[in-house]
Amino acid sequence: MKIIIAGVGKVGASLTAELAADGHDITLIDTRSDVLERLCTQYDVMGLEGNCATMQVLKDAGAAEADLLIAVTNADEINLLCCVTAHQLNPRIHTIVRIRNSEYTSQIMELRDVFGLSLIVNPERSAAWEIERLLRYPGFLTRESFAKGQVELVEFRIDADSPLSGVTLKNLPSVLKTRVLICAVMRGNGITLPGGDFELQAGDRIYMTAPARELSNILRNLGVITHRVKRVILGGGGRISFYLAQMLERDGIQVQIIDQDRARCEDLARKLPTVSISCGDITDPSVLEREGIASSDAFVALTGLDELNIVMSLYANSQKVPIVITKQGRIEELQDIISGLSLGSVISPKQLCSDIVVRYVRSMRDTTGETALTVQTVAGGQVQACEFVIGPGTLHKDTPLIELNKKIKPGILIPAIFHEGTVTIAGGSSRYQEGDTVIVISTINKNIVRFNDIFA
Amino acid sequence: MNYKSLSRFTALILLIEAALMSPALILAIVFHEPRSTAAYLETLAIILILSGLFFLLSRGEKADDFYEKEGLACAGISWIVLGLTGALPFFLSREIPAFIDAFFETVSGFTTTGASILSEVESLDKSLLYWRSFTHWIGGMGVLVFLLALVPRGTRGSGFTMHILRAESPGPDVGKLVPQIGRTARILYLIYIALTALDVILLSFDMPLFDAFCIAFGTAGTGGFAVTNAGLGGYSPYIQWVTTLFMFLFGVNFSCYYLLLRRQPRSVLKDEELRFYFLTFFLSGLIMGLVIHPAGGNLEESMRASYFQAASIMSTTGFATVDFNLWPSVTKGILIFLTILGASAGSTGGGMKCIRIQLIFKDLRSNLKRMIRPGRISLVRNNGRPVSDNVLENLRTYLSAYVLIALISFLLLTIDGKDLTTSVTAMLACFNNVGPGFGEVGPMGNFGSFSVLSKLVLIFDMLAGRLEIFPIIALLSRTTWKHD
Repeated sequence: MKIIIAGVGKVGASLTAELAADGHDITLIDTRSDVLERLCTQYDVMGLEGNCATMQVLKDAGAAEADLLIAVTNADEINLLCCVTAHQLNPRIHTIVRIRNSEYTSQIMELRDVFGLSLIVNPERSAAWEIERLLRYPGFLTRESFAKGQVELVEFRIDADSPLSGVTLKNLPSVLKTRVLICAVMRGNGITLPGGDFELQAGDRIYMTAPARELSNILRNLGVITHRVKRVILGGGGRISFYLAQMLERDGIQVQIIDQDRARCEDLARKLPTVSISCGDITDPSVLEREGIASSDAFVALTGLDELNIVMSLYANSQKVPIVITKQGRIEELQDIISGLSLGSVISPKQLCSDIVVRYVRSMRDTTGETALTVQTVAGGQVQACEFVIGPGTLHKDTPLIELNKKIKPGILIPAIFHEGTVTIAGGSSRYQEGDTVIVISTINKNIVRFNDIFA
Repeated sequence: MNYKSLSRFTALILLIEAALMSPALILAIVFHEPRSTAAYLETLAIILILSGLFFLLSRGEKADDFYEKEGLACAGISWIVLGLTGALPFFLSREIPAFIDAFFETVSGFTTTGASILSEVESLDKSLLYWRSFTHWIGGMGVLVFLLALVPRGTRGSGFTMHILRAESPGPDVGKLVPQIGRTARILYLIYIALTALDVILLSFDMPLFDAFCIAFGTAGTGGFAVTNAGLGGYSPYIQWVTTLFMFLFGVNFSCYYLLLRRQPRSVLKDEELRFYFLTFFLSGLIMGLVIHPAGGNLEESMRASYFQAASIMSTTGFATVDFNLWPSVTKGILIFLTILGASAGSTGGGMKCIRIQLIFKDLRSNLKRMIRPGRISLVRNNGRPVSDNVLENLRTYLSAYVLIALISFLLLTIDGKDLTTSVTAMLACFNNVGPGFGEVGPMGNFGSFSVLSKLVLIFDMLAGRLEIFPIIALLSRTTWKHD
C-alpha cells in the first residue's frame, strides 16, 4: 500500500518503523532535512522536504496515487489542511489525522465528514483513557482488552511476598482457582514465552490472559487488596492531565493537579472548576508532601520530561503510594534502564497512538478479514498481541491445539479462543472454528500480519 | 566494522557471479571450446567454494548495524572480489597467460572501462569474448544493485541498504525512484534490460547475432570491448549510427526514463543535466565533424565518425570507428574534455558526470559572488531546487580526491618511461572508465606494454573511477577496519 506520513516527530518515526516492517511504500514529508535523512537511511522509505499542506509537495509525494495519508505534524491546523489538500488531489485517499488541541476535540467529530477524515487520533486522550482504565481496576500494571472487552491481557509484577513466587506454571490454576494462561514473562530485560515447567520468581513481570469477569477473583486470590481509588495526584498539568482529570471527575474520583507553570495552572483552573490545582515545583518533595502524597491512592507522573517523571514516580513509590503510573515519551530507547525501576505502570502516548494507526492500516489493507483486528504491543514493545477472526482461508481449523503446536513457529502462543460469545482460555484440547476470534501472542520480531503467518 | 554482514554480502555476490557466469559455460560447450569449458568449470568450482567459506564466516549472531562504513567497504570489497574471480576463466584457459593481465582485463570489463591488454581479440575463444563483453553489462548497472533487486519487501534493516545503493550508483546525490529500495533496483534493471534488448534487435538486422549481443553489452554498460580487431570500424554505417544513438541513451540518467514511463515528459525535457549533456554532445560532435571534414569529402562520413566518437567518449564507452589518434589537436582536446566530463549521474557511464561539472560551476559562481560582495546570500540550485550544503561539501571532497588520485597515478605511470601523452591519457582513460586514450593507448593501441606496477595503478584508477572514489579509498583507511 502507498502511504504518506506527514510530519516525522516521535509518533511519525515510530509509525515509519512499524509500517516499513509491514512492507508498505512509505513517503515521509517534513521540513527538517536532517530528521528525514536519518530515517531514510534507517528504514526503507523515501523522504521529501517541504510543507506537507501545500499542493505541490503533496503532488511530489505521490498523493494522487497514495492509499493513505497520516498527518502527524506538531500543528493540528497543518494536519487538517494537509488532509483537505490531499483530498482535493485524490478523493479516494484515506486520511488519518492527529488532533491534540483540546479546544478542537469536541467539534472535530462533527467536522469529520466535512474534512473527509477516516480516523482521528489524539495520543493524549488515548493515554488518559488508558490511565483511567488502570485506576478503575487497580492491581495491574497494564491492561489490554480483546474480543470486545471479554478477554483481558494484564501485566503485574510478582513481589517477594506474592503467593505466586516460586510456583511452577503447571500448578498455577490451583493457586489462582481460575483458568488463566501466562503468555509472557519478563525477567530482567529478557522476555520468555514460558512452558509448563517454568518457575515464577519474585521480580518477574508476568503477562496473563484471563476472562474479564474473573479479574477481581484473580486479584483476591493473589492477595492483592484492592482499595477503590478515591484520591489521585497528577504531577504535571499538560493535555493528558486535562483529559484525565475530566474523566476521573466523572468517575467521582478526587483529583489534584500540581504544575510549576502559573499560567498553565490558571488556564486549567478555568477549564476544570471542580479540580484542585496548585502551583509549585514538583521536584521539591515538600510540595508533594504538602499535597498529601503519602495518603493518596494513586500518583500519576505526567510532565513533558521523561527524567522528571521517573524521579517523581520513584519518590511516590518510596512514599508507599499504592498505584504509581509513569508517562514516558521515548519508551523503546530507555526500556532496558526503566524496566528495572519501580515505576509502576508505564504509559507511552506515542506507542498507544501508533498502535491505533497501525491497527487501522492493517484492517484497511486486508478487506478479507485475514489481518489482525487489533494489535497491541506490551512489555515495552517486545511482545505483540493480535486478535484475528478465523476466516475460510485459515489453515488447520478444528485441530486440537496440542497437535497444532508442532506446526506453529516457536515464540508464538494462542492463549484464548472466543467462540459464539464465550471465552475459552486455551488448553491442549481447544480448537478454533470459522468465525471464532483468536488471540495470538508473539515476540515482536516474528512479524505476524495474517493469522496463517504463525505456522512454520 | 560488521565483518559478519560483510562476509555474507561477499558470499552472495560470489553466488550471483556464478549464476551470471553460467551462460558463458553453456556457450563454451556449444561452440566446442574444450579449454574454456574446463576453465569455466574450474572457476565456478572455486567461486562456489569461496562463497561457501564466506557463508561459514558469516554464521552466528546476525548484527543489524550496517552503516555508511559498511556500505562503502561492501561495495569496494565486492568489486575487487568480482575482478579477481572474474579473471579466472581467462587465466585458467591460458588465453591470457599472466594473471595480472587477466585481472586488468576483467576489472576493465566490470568497471566498463574497455581498456584492453590484448593486441588481437579475434583469436580469443568465443565464450571468453562473450564473458568479456558481459562483464560490461553486469558492471554497468552494478552487481550490488542487482543484489538489491532481490531484497524482498519489508525486510528488517533493509533501510540500511541505502548505503549500498549510494556507494555503487554514480552521482553526487543518489536517491530512490520509489520508496522501496528493492523496487527501485528492479525498475532500474528492467529499463536496462529493455534498452539492451532493443539495441540487440536493431543491431541484429545487419550483423551476426553473437556480435550483436556482445556489442550491445558493451554499449549498454558503456564499456567498449569490441569483438573484432578493427573495433566498430568494420561494420556498416547503419550499425555505427545505431550504436551512436544507444551510447548516448545509456549515458542518460535512468530516472529520466522512469519519468517518461510515468508520462511526465515535461520534467524530463526541463532537466538541466540532460540539456547540458545533449548540448555538449551535439556541439562537440558538430565542431569535430567540421574540423576533420576534408575538402570535397563525404559530409555524412565525417559527421558519422565525429558523432560516433563524441558519443563513445562522452558516455565513456570507448568504441572507435576510426583512429582518432591521427585527428588534429583541437579534436583531441575536445575528446580529452569529454573524457573527464563523462555521462550523466544515474546512468551506466563514468567520468566526473555532467551534473558535477554544472554544480562545480554554480558553486564557484556563488562563492565568487560572496567574495565580491560579502553578506550576499546566493544559493546553488539544480532544477530550481536548492542543493543542500551536504551535497556541495561532498562534491568538493570528491573534486580534491579526484585531482589527488589523478596526480599520484600520473606520477607512478611516468616510472615506465612512456611519453607524456600516453601516460596522461592512459590514466585519464582508466580513471574515467573510457578505455582508449592517445599515443600508445590510442583506439588502435593497447595497454599490454605497461609494467605490472602501472597495471596495478590503472586497476586502482578504474575501480576508483567506477565507484566514484570513496568506497575504494575507504578500504585504505584504518578507521574502516576498526572494531567498534
